[in-house]
Amino acid sequence: MRDLKVTPIKNGTVIDHIPTGMALKVLRVLGITGDVNSTVSVLMHVPSKQRGWKDIVKVEDRELNPKELSKIALIAPDATINIIRNYNVAEKHTVALPDRAVGILRCANPNCITNSREPVESVFLVRSKEPLRVRCQYCDRELEDVAGHIL
Amino acid sequence: MGGFTGRDVLSIADFSRKDIEVVLKAAKKMVPIARGEKANRTLEGRILSTLFFEPSTRTRLSFESAMKRLGGDVVAFGPIEASSIVKGETLADTIRMVESYSDAIVLRHPQEGAARLAAEFTERPVINAGDGAGQHPTQTLLDLFTIWDQRGGIDGAKIALVGDLRYGRTVHSLTYALCSFDVELTFVAPAGLQMPKEVAEHVRAQGIPLAVTEDLPKVVPNLDVLYITRIQKERFPDPQEYAKVAGTYRIDAEVLRGAKKSLIVLHPLPRVDEIAPEVDATPHARYFEQAFNGVPVRMALLSLIFGGAP
Repeated sequence: MRDLKVTPIKNGTVIDHIPTGMALKVLRVLGITGDVNSTVSVLMHVPSKQRGWKDIVKVEDRELNPKELSKIALIAPDATINIIRNYNVAEKHTVALPDRAVGILRCANPNCITNSREPVESVFLVRSKEPLRVRCQYCDRELEDVAGHIL
Repeated sequence: MGGFTGRDVLSIADFSRKDIEVVLKAAKKMVPIARGEKANRTLEGRILSTLFFEPSTRTRLSFESAMKRLGGDVVAFGPIEASSIVKGETLADTIRMVESYSDAIVLRHPQEGAARLAAEFTERPVINAGDGAGQHPTQTLLDLFTIWDQRGGIDGAKIALVGDLRYGRTVHSLTYALCSFDVELTFVAPAGLQMPKEVAEHVRAQGIPLAVTEDLPKVVPNLDVLYITRIQKERFPDPQEYAKVAGTYRIDAEVLRGAKKSLIVLHPLPRVDEIAPEVDATPHARYFEQAFNGVPVRMALLSLIFGGAP
């Protein structure tokens, strides 16, 4: 029995080991809304040896930059990123949550100075990785819904 | 925080116990100068800018008084309407401009995080005089100084914080600072205005004994320090509900009847109905000393920041 549901890609990025249910958030973080020029495959709720179930996203003809990797780390801390060139895995990365998330989150406090027209990037200090807890360096507020505030 | 020369004063969280004690001891030496009994010119030639983006008369005046008592000078922002702010200038640009007019900057701003942002755009030390609902570290230092000075120390004190503990920024900062000392805390507030969970969690995590209650008269006999804050009418949709709560958390002779002789009552002022005028004449009332202490504490900070230890 063939269990291959999606064929390998020629060039692009495979994001594997996404927590089940988070694939659509990964798409949103990558700015993939529907208006695409290359194939995007989304696999939700597939069996995983490590954690039972997982999601996978395959984006053809696009390689992710470090800022995009940091954003994915916020919602899928155990994700692995495979850069595919000519059907081969050219680069293999694990995402890593930095101690400071710079310019990738918007503060939920509407009265925070970073939400005004000031020439600064937001800075969040990662207080704990499991569970994920981040605090705005400017207004000291803890951000409750991290996935909902990714820029 | 370590050395003080040239440092920003943004949040009380940047102050270790040792730092706090350095400020308190320096402030004590400043008291006779703050009272005008001794002259001092150590900050002669220094200029402090006071940037108040929202009104706060007593904080601004006490900074100005502190600077002038030490022989320094102050340049103040005119009314906001007349300045570039209404023309849409960013805080970052305002700070870059003010930097060239003065040696240190005092900032009061309606938005949280404004002082930290300001500090990133200038080499001059920035002193946070309140940013929105955020930090107001010099208020905390003067509260600590009052407790320390009135009792001869902070360790061992049984301290109750009373009133609007949910929204009052002074009580949050004070609580965090008191966790550096060996104290017992009681939070007294109506149900909807109790201390935020993360503040209470922090206190417990530091191993500080903590009681949480709505019953003020019951805790009074056990206390060394009673710190009461204003309950704001705006927090209550129903005026009757406000009247009921405000009446419950009012300090008068009756409430203080069972108190220790040495109990001190503090309030960041202005008060409305929280403390009956009859309390003013009792030895418990120390809130006017507390207000005065804003001057020596700010003198101490300015002096330390400018590198002139007293």
